[in-house]
Amino acid sequence: MGELRKTPLNDSHVRLGAKMVEFSGWSMPVYYSSVIDEHLGVRKKCGLFDVSHMGEFFVEGSGAFRLIQKVITNDLGSLSDGKAFYSSMCNERGGVVDDLFVYRFDANKFMLVVNAANVEKDFNWILNHKDFFEDATIIDKTDEMAKLDLQGPRSEEVLQGLTDLRLGDLRRFCFFEGRVNGIPMIVSRTGYTGEDGFELYFDSSKAVEMWYKLLSVGEEFGIRPVGLGARDTLRIEAGYSLYGHELSEQINPFEAGIGFAVKLDKDDFIGKEALSRAKEDLKRKIVAFEMTDRGIAREGYPVFVGGREIGYVSSGTMSPTFRKGVGMALIDVGEASLENEIHIKIREKLYKGKIVKRPIYAFNDKND
Amino acid sequence: METPADLRYSKEHEWVKLEGDVAIIGITDFAQKQLTDIVFVELPDKGRGVESGKQIGVIESVKSVSDIFCPVTGEIVEVNEALQDNPDTINKDPYGEGWIVKVKLADKTEVDGLMSTEDYDRFVSESK
Repeated sequence: MGELRKTPLNDSHVRLGAKMVEFSGWSMPVYYSSVIDEHLGVRKKCGLFDVSHMGEFFVEGSGAFRLIQKVITNDLGSLSDGKAFYSSMCNERGGVVDDLFVYRFDANKFMLVVNAANVEKDFNWILNHKDFFEDATIIDKTDEMAKLDLQGPRSEEVLQGLTDLRLGDLRRFCFFEGRVNGIPMIVSRTGYTGEDGFELYFDSSKAVEMWYKLLSVGEEFGIRPVGLGARDTLRIEAGYSLYGHELSEQINPFEAGIGFAVKLDKDDFIGKEALSRAKEDLKRKIVAFEMTDRGIAREGYPVFVGGREIGYVSSGTMSPTFRKGVGMALIDVGEASLENEIHIKIREKLYKGKIVKRPIYAFNDKND
Repeated sequence: METPADLRYSKEHEWVKLEGDVAIIGITDFAQKQLTDIVFVELPDKGRGVESGKQIGVIESVKSVSDIFCPVTGEIVEVNEALQDNPDTINKDPYGEGWIVKVKLADKTEVDGLMSTEDYDRFVSESK
Protein backbone atom coordinates (compact mmCIF):
# COMPACT_ATOMS: atom_id res chain seq x y z
CA MET A 1 0.00 0.00 0.00
CA GLY A 2 1.26 3.45 -0.95
CA GLU A 3 1.64 6.59 1.12
CA LEU A 4 -1.52 7.63 2.95
CA ARG A 5 -3.20 10.82 1.79
CA LYS A 6 -3.27 13.71 4.23
CA THR A 7 -5.73 16.51 4.77
CA PRO A 8 -4.24 20.02 5.20
CA LEU A 9 -4.77 19.56 8.95
CA ASN A 10 -2.71 16.42 9.38
CA ASP A 11 0.10 18.16 11.30
CA SER A 12 -2.43 20.00 13.45
CA HIS A 13 -4.06 16.71 14.48
CA VAL A 14 -0.71 15.20 15.39
CA ARG A 15 0.21 18.33 17.37
CA LEU A 16 -3.09 18.07 19.27
CA GLY A 17 -2.13 14.52 20.28
CA ALA A 18 -4.59 12.71 18.04
CA LYS A 19 -4.28 9.01 17.47
CA MET A 20 -4.06 8.72 13.70
CA VAL A 21 -5.46 5.78 11.73
CA GLU A 22 -5.87 4.79 8.11
CA PHE A 23 -9.36 5.47 6.73
CA SER A 24 -10.10 4.85 3.04
CA GLY A 25 -6.49 5.56 2.12
CA TRP A 26 -6.29 8.72 4.28
CA SER A 27 -4.45 9.36 7.52
CA MET A 28 -7.20 10.59 9.85
CA PRO A 29 -7.64 11.27 13.58
CA VAL A 30 -9.71 8.56 15.31
CA TYR A 31 -9.69 10.44 18.63
CA TYR A 32 -7.77 13.19 20.40
CA SER A 33 -8.39 12.25 24.03
CA SER A 34 -11.31 9.85 24.30
CA VAL A 35 -14.11 8.75 21.99
CA ILE A 36 -16.62 8.93 24.85
CA ASP A 37 -15.63 12.44 25.95
CA GLU A 38 -15.67 13.70 22.37
CA HIS A 39 -19.05 12.08 21.72
CA LEU A 40 -20.64 13.58 24.83
CA GLY A 41 -18.98 16.92 24.08
CA VAL A 42 -20.84 17.09 20.74
CA ARG A 43 -24.16 16.08 22.36
CA LYS A 44 -23.89 18.68 25.12
CA LYS A 45 -21.79 21.49 23.66
CA CYS A 46 -19.91 21.56 20.40
CA GLY A 47 -17.33 19.60 18.44
CA LEU A 48 -15.14 20.31 15.42
CA PHE A 49 -14.41 17.61 12.83
CA ASP A 50 -11.91 17.66 10.00
CA VAL A 51 -13.60 15.73 7.22
CA SER A 52 -11.59 17.21 4.36
CA HIS A 53 -11.10 13.69 3.01
CA MET A 54 -14.69 13.72 1.75
CA GLY A 55 -15.20 14.32 -1.95
CA GLU A 56 -16.68 17.44 -3.55
CA PHE A 57 -17.68 17.55 -7.21
CA PHE A 58 -18.95 20.67 -8.94
CA VAL A 59 -21.33 19.98 -11.79
CA GLU A 60 -22.05 22.97 -13.98
CA GLY A 61 -23.65 23.87 -17.28
CA SER A 62 -27.06 23.83 -18.93
CA GLY A 63 -26.95 20.01 -18.88
CA ALA A 64 -25.93 19.71 -15.20
CA PHE A 65 -29.48 19.25 -13.94
CA ARG A 66 -30.26 16.51 -16.44
CA LEU A 67 -27.02 14.66 -15.70
CA ILE A 68 -27.50 14.68 -11.93
CA GLN A 69 -31.19 13.84 -12.18
CA LYS A 70 -30.22 10.80 -14.26
CA VAL A 71 -27.71 9.41 -11.73
CA ILE A 72 -29.42 10.13 -8.39
CA THR A 73 -32.56 8.55 -6.93
CA ASN A 74 -33.95 11.65 -5.21
CA ASP A 75 -35.82 14.23 -7.30
CA LEU A 76 -33.58 17.17 -8.20
CA GLY A 77 -36.72 18.98 -9.33
CA SER A 78 -37.74 19.35 -5.68
CA LEU A 79 -34.50 21.15 -4.74
CA SER A 80 -34.44 24.93 -4.86
CA ASP A 81 -31.52 27.37 -4.88
CA GLY A 82 -29.62 27.50 -1.60
CA LYS A 83 -30.81 24.10 -0.46
CA ALA A 84 -29.23 20.68 -0.14
CA PHE A 85 -30.65 17.20 0.08
CA TYR A 86 -29.60 13.65 0.71
CA SER A 87 -29.76 11.07 -2.06
CA SER A 88 -28.46 7.72 -3.12
CA MET A 89 -26.90 6.98 -6.46
CA CYS A 90 -27.72 3.50 -7.69
CA ASN A 91 -26.61 1.09 -10.39
CA GLU A 92 -28.99 -0.61 -12.84
CA ARG A 93 -29.60 -3.43 -10.36
CA GLY A 94 -30.69 -0.96 -7.66
CA GLY A 95 -27.53 -1.44 -5.60
CA VAL A 96 -26.12 1.70 -4.03
CA VAL A 97 -23.06 3.12 -5.79
CA ASP A 98 -22.83 5.80 -3.09
CA ASP A 99 -24.90 8.06 -0.88
CA LEU A 100 -24.33 11.77 -1.20
CA PHE A 101 -25.50 15.31 -0.53
CA VAL A 102 -26.52 17.49 -3.46
CA TYR A 103 -26.26 21.29 -3.11
CA ARG A 104 -28.07 23.53 -5.59
CA PHE A 105 -26.56 26.97 -6.17
CA ASP A 106 -28.70 27.73 -9.21
CA ALA A 107 -30.31 25.88 -12.11
CA ASN A 108 -26.91 25.32 -13.74
CA LYS A 109 -24.59 24.82 -10.77
CA PHE A 110 -24.51 22.04 -8.19
CA MET A 111 -22.11 20.53 -5.67
CA LEU A 112 -22.11 16.82 -4.86
CA VAL A 113 -20.54 15.69 -1.59
CA VAL A 114 -19.52 12.05 -1.66
CA ASN A 115 -17.78 9.50 0.54
CA ALA A 116 -13.97 9.58 0.60
CA ALA A 117 -13.77 5.90 -0.26
CA ASN A 118 -15.86 6.40 -3.41
CA VAL A 119 -14.50 9.59 -4.95
CA GLU A 120 -12.88 7.96 -7.96
CA LYS A 121 -15.67 5.45 -8.51
CA ASP A 122 -18.36 8.12 -8.30
CA PHE A 123 -16.52 10.54 -10.56
CA ASN A 124 -16.12 7.92 -13.26
CA TRP A 125 -19.68 6.71 -12.77
CA ILE A 126 -21.14 10.17 -13.33
CA LEU A 127 -18.79 10.97 -16.20
CA ASN A 128 -19.65 7.69 -17.92
CA HIS A 129 -23.32 8.58 -17.79
CA LYS A 130 -22.81 11.97 -19.35
CA ASP A 131 -23.89 12.09 -22.96
CA PHE A 132 -21.13 13.29 -25.22
CA PHE A 133 -23.15 16.28 -26.39
CA GLU A 134 -24.46 17.19 -22.95
CA ASP A 135 -23.37 20.65 -21.74
CA ALA A 136 -22.15 19.65 -18.29
CA THR A 137 -18.73 19.84 -16.70
CA ILE A 138 -17.89 17.81 -13.66
CA ILE A 139 -14.89 18.92 -11.64
CA ASP A 140 -13.45 17.03 -8.69
CA LYS A 141 -12.47 19.65 -6.09
CA THR A 142 -11.70 17.19 -3.28
CA ASP A 143 -8.05 18.23 -3.09
CA GLU A 144 -8.68 21.97 -3.23
CA MET A 145 -11.44 22.01 -0.63
CA ALA A 146 -11.32 21.70 3.12
CA LYS A 147 -14.43 20.52 4.94
CA LEU A 148 -14.92 21.21 8.63
CA ASP A 149 -18.03 20.10 10.48
CA LEU A 150 -19.07 22.12 13.51
CA GLN A 151 -21.68 20.11 15.40
CA GLY A 152 -23.55 20.39 18.66
CA PRO A 153 -26.07 22.69 20.36
CA ARG A 154 -23.55 25.55 20.84
CA SER A 155 -22.40 25.56 17.19
CA GLU A 156 -24.40 28.58 16.08
CA GLU A 157 -23.02 30.73 18.90
CA VAL A 158 -19.47 29.71 18.03
CA LEU A 159 -19.85 30.39 14.32
CA GLN A 160 -21.87 33.59 14.64
CA GLY A 161 -18.92 35.27 16.32
CA LEU A 162 -16.97 34.93 13.08
CA THR A 163 -19.47 36.02 10.46
CA ASP A 164 -22.05 38.63 9.43
CA LEU A 165 -24.18 35.91 7.84
CA ARG A 166 -27.44 35.68 9.77
CA LEU A 167 -27.13 32.10 10.95
CA GLY A 168 -30.42 32.33 12.82
CA ASP A 169 -32.10 32.55 9.41
CA LEU A 170 -30.31 29.50 8.06
CA ARG A 171 -32.65 26.53 8.31
CA ARG A 172 -31.73 22.89 8.29
CA PHE A 173 -30.66 21.61 4.85
CA CYS A 174 -30.12 25.16 3.62
CA PHE A 175 -26.82 26.85 2.89
CA PHE A 176 -25.28 30.29 2.55
CA GLU A 177 -22.28 31.45 0.58
CA GLY A 178 -20.35 34.14 2.40
CA ARG A 179 -17.39 34.95 4.56
CA VAL A 180 -16.54 33.41 7.89
CA ASN A 181 -13.44 34.79 9.58
CA GLY A 182 -12.93 36.68 6.31
CA ILE A 183 -12.65 33.43 4.34
CA PRO A 184 -15.12 32.77 1.51
CA MET A 185 -17.04 29.58 2.19
CA ILE A 186 -20.16 27.52 1.84
CA VAL A 187 -21.94 27.23 5.19
CA SER A 188 -24.66 24.59 5.31
CA ARG A 189 -26.87 23.67 8.21
CA THR A 190 -26.37 19.95 7.89
CA GLY A 191 -24.51 17.21 9.69
CA TYR A 192 -24.02 13.59 10.56
CA THR A 193 -24.35 13.58 14.34
CA GLY A 194 -28.01 14.01 15.28
CA GLU A 195 -27.26 17.51 16.56
CA ASP A 196 -27.76 20.97 15.15
CA GLY A 197 -24.65 22.20 13.38
CA PHE A 198 -22.89 23.31 10.25
CA GLU A 199 -20.70 21.96 7.51
CA LEU A 200 -18.13 24.39 6.14
CA TYR A 201 -16.57 24.07 2.68
CA PHE A 202 -13.71 26.37 1.70
CA ASP A 203 -10.28 26.62 0.15
CA SER A 204 -7.92 24.08 1.69
CA SER A 205 -5.11 26.67 1.97
CA LYS A 206 -7.20 28.28 4.76
CA ALA A 207 -7.84 25.06 6.66
CA VAL A 208 -5.25 25.48 9.41
CA GLU A 209 -6.19 29.12 10.05
CA MET A 210 -9.90 28.30 10.20
CA TRP A 211 -9.38 25.23 12.40
CA TYR A 212 -7.48 27.10 15.11
CA LYS A 213 -9.76 30.12 14.88
CA LEU A 214 -12.82 27.97 15.56
CA LEU A 215 -11.09 26.17 18.43
CA SER A 216 -10.11 29.48 20.03
CA VAL A 217 -13.42 31.35 19.64
CA GLY A 218 -15.26 28.17 20.59
CA GLU A 219 -13.36 27.70 23.81
CA GLU A 220 -15.89 29.57 25.94
CA PHE A 221 -18.65 27.38 24.47
CA GLY A 222 -16.82 24.16 25.28
CA ILE A 223 -15.67 23.28 21.76
CA ARG A 224 -13.31 20.34 21.25
CA PRO A 225 -11.78 18.61 18.26
CA VAL A 226 -13.54 15.32 17.50
CA GLY A 227 -12.15 12.31 15.66
CA LEU A 228 -13.70 9.70 13.40
CA GLY A 229 -14.31 7.41 16.38
CA ALA A 230 -16.97 9.67 17.86
CA ARG A 231 -18.20 10.58 14.37
CA ASP A 232 -19.09 6.90 14.01
CA THR A 233 -20.73 6.46 17.44
CA LEU A 234 -22.71 9.70 16.96
CA ARG A 235 -24.02 8.68 13.55
CA ILE A 236 -24.92 5.18 14.77
CA GLU A 237 -27.03 6.64 17.60
CA ALA A 238 -28.56 9.09 15.11
CA GLY A 239 -29.44 6.21 12.76
CA TYR A 240 -27.47 7.47 9.77
CA SER A 241 -26.18 4.96 7.24
CA LEU A 242 -22.50 4.64 6.46
CA TYR A 243 -21.46 3.42 3.05
CA GLY A 244 -19.85 -0.01 3.26
CA HIS A 245 -22.00 -0.83 6.30
CA GLU A 246 -25.71 -0.05 5.87
CA LEU A 247 -25.27 0.76 2.18
CA SER A 248 -23.40 -1.01 -0.60
CA GLU A 249 -23.83 -2.22 -4.15
CA GLN A 250 -25.37 -5.36 -2.59
CA ILE A 251 -27.91 -3.43 -0.52
CA ASN A 252 -30.70 -1.37 -2.09
CA PRO A 253 -31.99 1.90 -0.59
CA PHE A 254 -35.28 0.38 0.58
CA GLU A 255 -33.43 -2.31 2.49
CA ALA A 256 -31.18 0.39 3.92
CA GLY A 257 -34.17 2.40 5.12
CA ILE A 258 -33.41 5.40 2.91
CA GLY A 259 -36.43 4.91 0.64
CA PHE A 260 -37.33 8.57 1.37
CA ALA A 261 -34.45 9.47 -0.96
CA VAL A 262 -35.84 7.40 -3.85
CA LYS A 263 -38.52 9.10 -5.93
CA LEU A 264 -39.96 6.45 -8.23
CA ASP A 265 -42.41 8.94 -9.75
CA LYS A 266 -39.70 11.07 -11.32
CA ASP A 267 -38.56 10.58 -14.93
CA ASP A 268 -36.21 7.81 -15.88
CA PHE A 269 -33.07 7.44 -13.78
CA ILE A 270 -30.47 4.74 -13.35
CA GLY A 271 -31.84 1.83 -11.38
CA LYS A 272 -35.47 2.95 -11.53
CA GLU A 273 -36.84 -0.36 -12.83
CA ALA A 274 -34.92 -2.50 -10.39
CA LEU A 275 -35.84 -0.17 -7.53
CA SER A 276 -39.56 -0.32 -8.40
CA ARG A 277 -39.36 -4.08 -8.09
CA ALA A 278 -37.20 -3.94 -4.95
CA LYS A 279 -39.75 -1.73 -3.19
CA GLU A 280 -42.52 -4.27 -3.77
CA ASP A 281 -40.39 -7.22 -2.83
CA LEU A 282 -38.54 -6.23 0.31
CA LYS A 283 -36.86 -9.24 1.89
CA ARG A 284 -34.46 -7.69 4.39
CA LYS A 285 -34.16 -4.41 6.17
CA ILE A 286 -31.75 -2.40 8.29
CA VAL A 287 -33.06 -2.02 11.83
CA ALA A 288 -31.69 -0.39 14.95
CA PHE A 289 -31.14 -2.56 18.00
CA GLU A 290 -29.97 -2.29 21.55
CA MET A 291 -28.47 -4.96 23.76
CA THR A 292 -30.44 -6.00 26.82
CA ASP A 293 -27.65 -8.32 27.95
CA ARG A 294 -24.33 -6.78 28.78
CA GLY A 295 -22.22 -7.02 25.64
CA ILE A 296 -21.21 -5.09 22.57
CA ALA A 297 -22.33 -6.36 19.18
CA ARG A 298 -19.87 -5.45 16.44
CA GLU A 299 -20.03 -5.35 12.67
CA GLY A 300 -20.45 -8.76 11.07
CA TYR A 301 -21.77 -10.57 14.14
CA PRO A 302 -24.69 -12.88 13.24
CA VAL A 303 -28.22 -12.13 14.50
CA PHE A 304 -30.69 -14.85 15.54
CA VAL A 305 -34.37 -15.16 16.38
CA GLY A 306 -35.45 -18.41 18.01
CA GLY A 307 -32.25 -20.17 16.97
CA ARG A 308 -32.57 -19.15 13.30
CA GLU A 309 -29.98 -16.87 11.77
CA ILE A 310 -31.82 -13.86 10.35
CA GLY A 311 -29.05 -11.46 9.43
CA TYR A 312 -25.95 -9.66 10.65
CA VAL A 313 -24.83 -6.54 12.44
CA SER A 314 -23.93 -3.78 9.96
CA SER A 315 -22.61 -1.33 12.60
CA GLY A 316 -22.27 -1.82 16.34
CA THR A 317 -20.75 0.00 19.25
CA MET A 318 -21.14 0.88 22.87
CA SER A 319 -23.40 3.92 22.98
CA PRO A 320 -21.74 6.70 24.97
CA THR A 321 -25.13 8.42 25.42
CA PHE A 322 -27.10 5.40 26.60
CA ARG A 323 -24.18 3.41 28.02
CA LYS A 324 -25.14 0.12 26.40
CA GLY A 325 -24.46 -1.85 23.27
CA VAL A 326 -26.37 -0.47 20.27
CA GLY A 327 -26.18 -0.71 16.52
CA MET A 328 -27.86 -1.48 13.24
CA ALA A 329 -28.41 -4.84 11.59
CA LEU A 330 -29.56 -6.12 8.21
CA ILE A 331 -32.20 -8.75 8.97
CA ASP A 332 -35.17 -10.61 7.45
CA VAL A 333 -38.01 -8.15 7.05
CA GLY A 334 -40.42 -10.58 8.77
CA GLU A 335 -38.46 -10.21 12.00
CA ALA A 336 -38.02 -6.46 11.77
CA SER A 337 -40.81 -5.39 14.11
CA LEU A 338 -40.14 -3.08 17.04
CA GLU A 339 -39.39 -4.69 20.40
CA ASN A 340 -38.76 -8.04 18.72
CA GLU A 341 -36.26 -9.99 20.81
CA ILE A 342 -33.08 -10.96 19.00
CA HIS A 343 -29.87 -12.73 19.93
CA ILE A 344 -26.48 -11.71 18.71
CA LYS A 345 -23.56 -14.08 18.68
CA ILE A 346 -20.56 -12.47 20.33
CA ARG A 347 -17.49 -14.74 20.50
CA GLU A 348 -19.55 -17.95 20.23
CA LYS A 349 -22.04 -16.91 22.93
CA LEU A 350 -25.56 -15.58 22.35
CA TYR A 351 -26.43 -12.24 23.92
CA LYS A 352 -29.96 -10.86 24.15
CA GLY A 353 -31.04 -7.64 22.48
CA LYS A 354 -34.14 -6.08 20.96
CA ILE A 355 -35.14 -4.11 17.91
CA VAL A 356 -35.74 -0.46 18.70
CA LYS A 357 -36.84 2.66 16.87
CA ARG A 358 -34.35 4.06 14.38
CA PRO A 359 -32.85 6.50 15.18
CA ILE A 360 -31.97 5.47 18.70
CA TYR A 361 -31.17 9.14 19.37
CA ALA A 362 -33.82 11.53 18.03
CA PHE A 363 -32.51 14.61 16.22
CA ASN A 364 -31.82 17.27 18.81
CA ASP A 365 -33.29 20.35 17.19
CA LYS A 366 -32.57 23.26 19.48
CA ASN A 367 -34.80 25.47 17.32
CA ASP A 368 -37.88 23.36 18.07
CA MET B 1 3.70 6.69 31.57
CA GLU B 2 3.76 5.01 34.94
CA THR B 3 5.57 1.69 35.46
CA PRO B 4 5.72 0.60 39.10
CA ALA B 5 9.06 -0.88 40.16
CA ASP B 6 7.81 -3.86 42.17
CA LEU B 7 5.95 -5.50 39.28
CA ARG B 8 6.87 -7.78 36.39
CA TYR B 9 5.65 -7.30 32.84
CA SER B 10 4.75 -9.31 29.72
CA LYS B 11 5.14 -8.43 26.06
CA GLU B 12 1.34 -8.39 25.78
CA HIS B 13 1.35 -5.48 28.26
CA GLU B 14 0.11 -7.34 31.32
CA TRP B 15 1.62 -6.71 34.74
CA VAL B 16 2.12 -9.30 37.46
CA LYS B 17 2.41 -8.70 41.17
CA LEU B 18 3.51 -11.59 43.33
CA GLU B 19 1.83 -12.09 46.73
CA GLY B 20 3.00 -15.37 48.21
CA ASP B 21 2.27 -17.96 45.52
CA VAL B 22 -0.52 -15.89 43.97
CA ALA B 23 0.05 -13.62 40.97
CA ILE B 24 -2.22 -10.59 40.66
CA ILE B 25 -2.59 -9.68 36.98
CA GLY B 26 -3.73 -6.58 35.19
CA ILE B 27 -2.89 -4.52 32.12
CA THR B 28 -0.29 -1.77 32.15
CA ASP B 29 -0.80 1.97 32.12
CA PHE B 30 0.62 2.00 28.59
CA ALA B 31 -1.96 -0.59 27.48
CA GLN B 32 -4.93 1.22 29.03
CA LYS B 33 -3.82 4.48 27.42
CA GLN B 34 -3.58 2.75 24.04
CA LEU B 35 -7.08 1.34 24.45
CA THR B 36 -8.65 4.45 26.09
CA ASP B 37 -12.34 4.30 27.12
CA ILE B 38 -12.61 0.67 28.29
CA VAL B 39 -16.30 -0.19 28.12
CA PHE B 40 -16.50 -3.97 28.50
CA VAL B 41 -14.44 -6.71 30.11
CA GLU B 42 -15.07 -10.42 29.64
CA LEU B 43 -13.56 -12.35 32.55
CA PRO B 44 -12.66 -16.03 32.85
CA ASP B 45 -14.34 -18.40 35.32
CA LYS B 46 -12.87 -18.83 38.75
CA GLY B 47 -11.22 -22.21 39.34
CA ARG B 48 -10.13 -22.58 35.73
CA GLY B 49 -6.61 -23.72 34.94
CA VAL B 50 -4.61 -21.35 32.76
CA GLU B 51 -1.41 -21.58 30.79
CA SER B 52 1.08 -18.87 30.16
CA GLY B 53 0.44 -17.15 26.81
CA LYS B 54 -3.17 -18.32 26.56
CA GLN B 55 -6.13 -16.01 26.21
CA ILE B 56 -8.16 -15.58 29.41
CA GLY B 57 -10.48 -12.76 28.59
CA VAL B 58 -11.45 -9.86 26.38
CA ILE B 59 -11.22 -6.17 26.89
CA GLU B 60 -13.22 -3.77 24.70
CA SER B 61 -12.91 -0.07 24.16
CA VAL B 62 -15.50 1.86 22.16
CA LYS B 63 -13.61 1.11 18.96
CA SER B 64 -11.65 -2.08 19.63
CA VAL B 65 -11.75 -5.63 20.92
CA SER B 66 -8.53 -7.02 22.43
CA ASP B 67 -7.62 -10.33 24.03
CA ILE B 68 -6.22 -10.52 27.53
CA PHE B 69 -3.42 -13.06 27.75
CA CYS B 70 -2.33 -14.83 30.91
CA PRO B 71 1.38 -14.25 31.49
CA VAL B 72 1.70 -17.18 33.94
CA THR B 73 0.58 -20.79 34.45
CA GLY B 74 -1.65 -21.93 37.30
CA GLU B 75 -5.25 -21.74 38.49
CA ILE B 76 -7.51 -18.73 38.55
CA VAL B 77 -8.46 -18.18 42.18
CA GLU B 78 -10.16 -14.82 41.92
CA VAL B 79 -11.56 -12.53 39.24
CA ASN B 80 -12.33 -8.84 39.63
CA GLU B 81 -16.12 -8.96 39.23
CA ALA B 82 -16.37 -5.23 39.96
CA LEU B 83 -15.03 -4.62 36.45
CA GLN B 84 -18.32 -5.88 34.98
CA ASP B 85 -20.10 -2.77 36.26
CA ASN B 86 -17.17 -0.38 36.01
CA PRO B 87 -14.79 -1.49 33.28
CA ASP B 88 -13.25 1.98 33.15
CA THR B 89 -11.67 1.29 36.55
CA ILE B 90 -8.86 -0.17 34.43
CA ASN B 91 -8.37 3.28 32.86
CA LYS B 92 -8.48 5.04 36.20
CA ASP B 93 -6.34 2.71 38.29
CA PRO B 94 -4.63 0.07 36.13
CA TYR B 95 -2.23 -1.12 38.86
CA GLY B 96 -4.70 -1.00 41.77
CA GLU B 97 -8.49 -1.36 41.66
CA GLY B 98 -8.22 -2.21 37.97
CA TRP B 99 -6.58 -5.63 38.54
CA ILE B 100 -8.18 -8.38 36.45
CA VAL B 101 -7.45 -11.87 37.84
CA LYS B 102 -5.48 -13.64 40.57
CA VAL B 103 -3.68 -16.84 39.59
CA LYS B 104 -2.27 -19.40 41.99
CA LEU B 105 1.05 -20.21 40.41
CA ALA B 106 2.15 -23.71 39.52
CA ASP B 107 5.74 -22.50 39.72
CA LYS B 108 6.63 -19.26 41.49
CA THR B 109 9.92 -18.88 39.62
CA GLU B 110 7.98 -18.47 36.36
CA VAL B 111 7.57 -14.79 37.21
CA ASP B 112 11.36 -14.32 37.04
CA GLY B 113 11.13 -14.91 33.29
CA LEU B 114 8.98 -11.81 32.85
CA MET B 115 10.35 -8.33 32.17
CA SER B 116 11.58 -5.99 34.85
CA THR B 117 10.40 -2.36 34.96
CA GLU B 118 13.46 -1.18 33.03
CA ASP B 119 13.08 -3.92 30.43
CA TYR B 120 9.40 -3.15 29.97
CA ASP B 121 9.98 0.60 29.61
CA ARG B 122 12.61 -0.11 26.98
CA PHE B 123 10.29 -2.61 25.24
CA VAL B 124 7.52 -0.01 25.09
CA SER B 125 9.73 2.79 23.79
CA GLU B 126 11.13 0.48 21.10
CA SER B 127 7.70 -0.69 20.00
CA LYS B 128 6.34 2.85 19.64
